[in-house]
Amino acid sequence: MKLAYWMYAGPAHIGTLRIASSFKNVHAIMHAPLGDDYFNVMRSMLERKRDFTAVTASVVDRHVLARGSQEKVVNNISRKDKEEKPDLVVLTPTCTSSILQEDLQNFVNRASLETQADVLLADVNHYRVNEMQAADRTLEQIVQFYIKKAQKNKHLDTTKTLEPSVNIIGSFNLAFHNQHDIAELKRLMSDLNIKINSIIPEGASVQELKNLPKAWFNIVPYREIGLLTAEYLKDEFNMPFIDTTPMGVVETANCIRKIQYILNDNNANVNFEKYIDVQTRFVSQSAWFSRSIDCQNLTGKKAIVFGDSTHAAAMTKILTKEMGINVVWAGTYCKYDKSWFEKEVGDLCDEIVITDDHNLIGDLIAKVEPAVIFGTQMERHVAKRLNIPCGVISAPVHIQNFPLSYRPFLGYEGANQIADLIYNSFTLGMEDHLLEIFGGHDTKEVLSAGLSVNPKDSEIKWNLESQAELTKIPGFIRGKIKRNTEKFAQQQKMETITLEVMYAAKEAAA
Amino acid sequence: MTLTKPVENEELKEKINFECETGNYHTFCPISCVAWLYQKIEDSFFLVIGTKTCGYFLQNALGVMIFAEPRYAMAELEEGDISAQLSDYEELKRLCLQVKRDRNPSVIFWIGTCTTEIIKMDLEGIAPKLEAEISLPIVVARANGLDYAFTQGEDTVLAALAQRPNPKQPENLSEVINKPEDGYVEHLPLILFGSIPDPVVNQLTLELKKQGIRVSGWLPSKRYTELPLINKGDYVCGVNPYLSRTATTLMRRRKCKLIGAPFPIGPDGTRAWIEKICTVFGIQPNGLEKREEDIWEKLKYYVSLIDGKSVFFMGDNLLEISLARFLIRSGMIVFEIGIPYMDKRYQGAELQLLQKTCKEKNIPIPIIIEKPDNYNQVDRIRDMKPDLVITGMAHANPLEARGINTKWSVEFTFAQIHGFTNAIEVLELVTRPLRRNQKLEKIGSQLYTDRR
Repeated sequence: MKLAYWMYAGPAHIGTLRIASSFKNVHAIMHAPLGDDYFNVMRSMLERKRDFTAVTASVVDRHVLARGSQEKVVNNISRKDKEEKPDLVVLTPTCTSSILQEDLQNFVNRASLETQADVLLADVNHYRVNEMQAADRTLEQIVQFYIKKAQKNKHLDTTKTLEPSVNIIGSFNLAFHNQHDIAELKRLMSDLNIKINSIIPEGASVQELKNLPKAWFNIVPYREIGLLTAEYLKDEFNMPFIDTTPMGVVETANCIRKIQYILNDNNANVNFEKYIDVQTRFVSQSAWFSRSIDCQNLTGKKAIVFGDSTHAAAMTKILTKEMGINVVWAGTYCKYDKSWFEKEVGDLCDEIVITDDHNLIGDLIAKVEPAVIFGTQMERHVAKRLNIPCGVISAPVHIQNFPLSYRPFLGYEGANQIADLIYNSFTLGMEDHLLEIFGGHDTKEVLSAGLSVNPKDSEIKWNLESQAELTKIPGFIRGKIKRNTEKFAQQQKMETITLEVMYAAKEAAA
Repeated sequence: MTLTKPVENEELKEKINFECETGNYHTFCPISCVAWLYQKIEDSFFLVIGTKTCGYFLQNALGVMIFAEPRYAMAELEEGDISAQLSDYEELKRLCLQVKRDRNPSVIFWIGTCTTEIIKMDLEGIAPKLEAEISLPIVVARANGLDYAFTQGEDTVLAALAQRPNPKQPENLSEVINKPEDGYVEHLPLILFGSIPDPVVNQLTLELKKQGIRVSGWLPSKRYTELPLINKGDYVCGVNPYLSRTATTLMRRRKCKLIGAPFPIGPDGTRAWIEKICTVFGIQPNGLEKREEDIWEKLKYYVSLIDGKSVFFMGDNLLEISLARFLIRSGMIVFEIGIPYMDKRYQGAELQLLQKTCKEKNIPIPIIIEKPDNYNQVDRIRDMKPDLVITGMAHANPLEARGINTKWSVEFTFAQIHGFTNAIEVLELVTRPLRRNQKLEKIGSQLYTDRR
């Protein structure tokens, strides 16, 4: 047992559901107790989705405990098949089904006899993998299933497209700034004259998966989800893939050079150096920005970085290599990816922290007292408590991380966004610091004199109970309630405010 | 039930149409009750013994609260716990000692989950032993998704609390409580049960004081150490519709007499609630009719917004019957009352009031659907096109995108909705989507999507 208040990565089934519900016309059925369909709320609220989330539960209740699911799961699968006519139904195990050890594969086999849809059992174990590993595996599993199916039916066409083309593996729901990142990648590919063969899984149909081998290569922008699929396609069809995250101008250039290498290997004879040069020096503002005077002030400032391995590594590289900021420690909660992370940023920071214990992270932040933090929503809250500015660079996500405006982290526009994020975090911190030195806003007294209560009001007494009640009211409306109550008491010619008077005033104000 | 005659229940069955669907509906897991209970019981610590799934739910459902040093945590089960390679007793002891050292609570609540049920972890057996060993009370509640929905979590916790032996009170305290005081009628002790915010506790207590009724205690109290004395023959009355296990426990285990009343939600419900308590104590209610009228007068504007409009409850928190009854009294037409679980005995008086309200407003009694099926409900919503759907967040945005007004049901659980004073809060919530849409009229209310 582990005492835990907070976790960076969710349970395995969330990963499976993220993949399944990213595809078009795929329905996931969770084998889970009532209340475990919380995923639907997250998708509907965080991403503000207009469609019903294609996830339902085959509810595990007392009867199921006593007698087993029996026909229930099979019936639920065929019912969804008739109601929604999906291409694929993914039966999703949860922590509960992991311990019930029912033969879910058997249900899948039986159900698929009578359904139009394909039926798959997600191959994930709750106690062995987390959200990201499960998502990675589920995507591979679905891709593999449809490739094999096409091979069996002799529908698989592996001839490459005439023009250079790419599959982007890594568009999902509930991922950090993902929609914008994918748009930016599409723009980058079109600049490089590379056709998009397929983008999976968000918005993709499972029917188009058999076309994946037609692309010249794959690009996997995030390490957490998609690598297994890319490796499978490499083993099966010898498709090269690029796993360099194009985040920051330096890494974006690296990524583009790798693309160039692959294309030239296939006799495309391209040279992207000029493009990189123009983009870096003129189109993207961030390279010039880091040379500008403002940025000089950031030199040697202490920062710490924490997040998933993709974003934490990329951010560490940007801070050190592009901005001259001193990263005291960089860390990730993707413990299974430790060696990669160490290899990537080992030389760029003083120390590496691999943990999923948020208490430890909090302590380490307090100890170092950095000038700025780049982390997840959790670090943002630690930062608030310690009064340190913080930029959010990685999941776990929050509704604020689904901005309406265009905010990629990848590509050249992403580099601009990140530069803004870094700079704004620092100036805010600096502003705060200067305010403290000069004793705060000088308008304070003027403001409070103008807005304060009529001095006559304060002659009214509050008894002990009502005073206690007043302190329980949240700070931001307390003043208003105090004024209203005193006004009410004055009108009623009362001298002391009791609990009764408070409530009467509330009712009167209605 | 002591005070509701079974004959009346028989009558009810004939008149109200109850149905039961598949139970494929969306609701919160009952462990969510820790969110409001840890805030209510100030010296408590809640330990949820479950998996990452439970933790992820709490973390996401409770949003910002988690960062204010909450007095709850997960005891996250690992593979060794599931396969019994580790001793439950030793593991729990280690964690509870850590909690005791770091937070020093007066009580630790163990919240059992689906996993502890399935692996049959004997929490009730372990707790008394460990309690003695670490000298800290441990209260066990099984609030799991196998058996319960959302607010029923509170019911399991309060039922467990109700079984605790009477706390050791300072000797002079009983004198203080029983000391005759001006303005109170002499009556047997009355204990109210249900967790509501302290201001609302004060409001309802004062409301009863006006009738000369003294509330001897609340279950739960602000602090665990202030749990009320509960003695054989005391009267008890619930303030929330989802507390049937607590009511049963108080009657059967503590030999209390239950006052079966409608719940104090809406001015009509509050008046009926007070009147019922008065009747039991043989008191002639004083000024209640006027009090109710005054409140309705203040609600006029809101009532004018919803009068004649229709509403559909998808059902997820068991407040549905009381809310529907209040909204019918406010002039709304209710198409369907979905509800996770319907205790016809505990909610008997509330059902009668619903029946009476419909009769007086001359509208048919809405159908009550237990364990609803959300998919079928969405179909019915498409057909009926209600003016408002009260539903969970999983359905709210998709329904809005189809031009259907929604109100997120969980807000009714967290808002202050009890008593005369707060009737307005309920209508604030109910009318918010309608008021919002009036303001957005210029943008148009056409459908935003036509997929699925």
